[in-house]
Amino acid sequence: MSWAYGLLIGPFEMFGFMRTALVACLALALASGPVGTLLLLRRMSLEGDVLSHAVMPGAALGFLYAGYSFTALSVGGLLTGALVAVSAGLTARLQPKRKEASLAAFYLVSLALGVMIVSARGSNVDLTHVLFGTVLAVDMRGLLFIAAVSSVTLLVLAAIYRPLAVESFDPAFLRSIGAGGGLFRGIFLAAVVLNLVASFQAFGTLLAIGPMLLPAAAALCWTQRIWPTIALNIAIGMTADYAGLLTSYYANVPSGPAIVLAGGIIYGLSLIGAGRMRLDKRKAVEEVAQ
Amino acid sequence: MLRRARGVWAAGGHSGAIVQRFFDGGYRAAGSEQTAPPRQGASIEVKNLSIAYRDRPALSNLTGQFAAGSLTAVVGPNGAGKSSLIKALAGILPPRTGEIRSTAAVGEHFAYLPQQSELDRDFPITVGELVALGGWRSFGAFRRPPDTLTVRVADAMAASGLDGFGARRIADLSAGEFQRALFARLLVQDAAVVLLDEPFTAVDERTTDDLLQLVRRWHREGRTVIAALHDFDQVREHFPTTLLLARSCIGWGDTAAVLTTDNLMRARKMLQERPESRELE
Repeated sequence: MSWAYGLLIGPFEMFGFMRTALVACLALALASGPVGTLLLLRRMSLEGDVLSHAVMPGAALGFLYAGYSFTALSVGGLLTGALVAVSAGLTARLQPKRKEASLAAFYLVSLALGVMIVSARGSNVDLTHVLFGTVLAVDMRGLLFIAAVSSVTLLVLAAIYRPLAVESFDPAFLRSIGAGGGLFRGIFLAAVVLNLVASFQAFGTLLAIGPMLLPAAAALCWTQRIWPTIALNIAIGMTADYAGLLTSYYANVPSGPAIVLAGGIIYGLSLIGAGRMRLDKRKAVEEVAQ
Repeated sequence: MLRRARGVWAAGGHSGAIVQRFFDGGYRAAGSEQTAPPRQGASIEVKNLSIAYRDRPALSNLTGQFAAGSLTAVVGPNGAGKSSLIKALAGILPPRTGEIRSTAAVGEHFAYLPQQSELDRDFPITVGELVALGGWRSFGAFRRPPDTLTVRVADAMAASGLDGFGARRIADLSAGEFQRALFARLLVQDAAVVLLDEPFTAVDERTTDDLLQLVRRWHREGRTVIAALHDFDQVREHFPTTLLLARSCIGWGDTAAVLTTDNLMRARKMLQERPESRELE
């Protein structure tokens, strides 16, 4: 047994940065559960992707201004994230039929702008850090920020869950009884941006949305009810975090991508597994019918 | 802790009420309504009403009155502005010009049935939860639904033929069953004015008959009912008043007087002359 302990727990016992990374990832997974599930249910995964890139130019400006200062990166990212969230909403209203086109434009422009700003001062290593994150370099301050964001997200989403859910599937109803709904959509988008900024240091611009969407997609393969989906989503996210970190330790591969890849593998297995289960069920029903 | 917070909230007086309305617009505390719900006698007057949908004119210069307790069918070719009118009456689409006036407050005493295609039926909620939303004014965005709601929901589900469907997911319902659920929500809303947007499209015959019974019941109870429809036989049989639209008013009055071959030809022609309006609905 001790060899298994050494294999599975050892790395986290031995290295502080592994522990911090694990705790940071677990905290992120906790908030990603509801955020990712709601993003998918509201069919907003593309919007999520756009917002994750929108964090980049601001973070890059922060980097230009103050180097690897956690505060500068976060404040910059928050600002451009919010800016793009608002302007994407406005353009979607102006051109409702070309919504994906304007979203894609935002996503490309943000990415290009971010890369140019980082390259203006930094090296290729800096660029890699901004794009793919450095989960092993999360420090105490970053950890506290992640924990705070995660706690606030859980509380806020729990409070506004009812109007948010109704707004997701029947927005006209809320408007017809004079209860609005735009306010709650705005709060939700703010929560998404906040979580992307928290996730940014760990996973980078290109992957920040990954740990949010992949576990949610995997969870939705197995259950259609909301609370089980969120709970399963959190569990899958945490499993992917743990497996990814271990893999990156032993195989000496970058940890952010390893975690996202682990999430992807779980999603693939869920697709196959849940598909087979459904097939078996249908067969059983057909046999009974005969 | 929560209870105390709520007490502070309520003690906030005027500013508290403003904050509360800002976050929880649809909520009315019991007893806070100065006027009893005018279940009867809610008439709606429209004056020079023009509506644009996504910057294209959908309806222009409609003037007239939906009498209190009337049962009106809104008909017309595709793109005539039926849906836009219903949405404007429901307060969802702001009028471009003109005004809509009613003896009852829109948010409070109007109930609106959207077209099925406007809802996301894959969303994971149950029939019981959907129907209970009809009582939104009694619990709003944050409060616990009152205990009496359970009975009202059960009654509404029984009346719309969904007895025992409470725990089913809406994704598992047929189009007809889903429409029954939306009608049950309208029953719980218990509104003075009922606005129906294509209530029988893609709905089987038996369900249509059952739901028409509910419409007739609302009419008997003195509520004002306005429905966008396209089946002329149905309109002739069940709806005493008709409003025929083709982006403007072609006829409004007794069904037999409005639904003449002549009027229908005129309506069709008006839309054919302006084919760009076809995209509207």
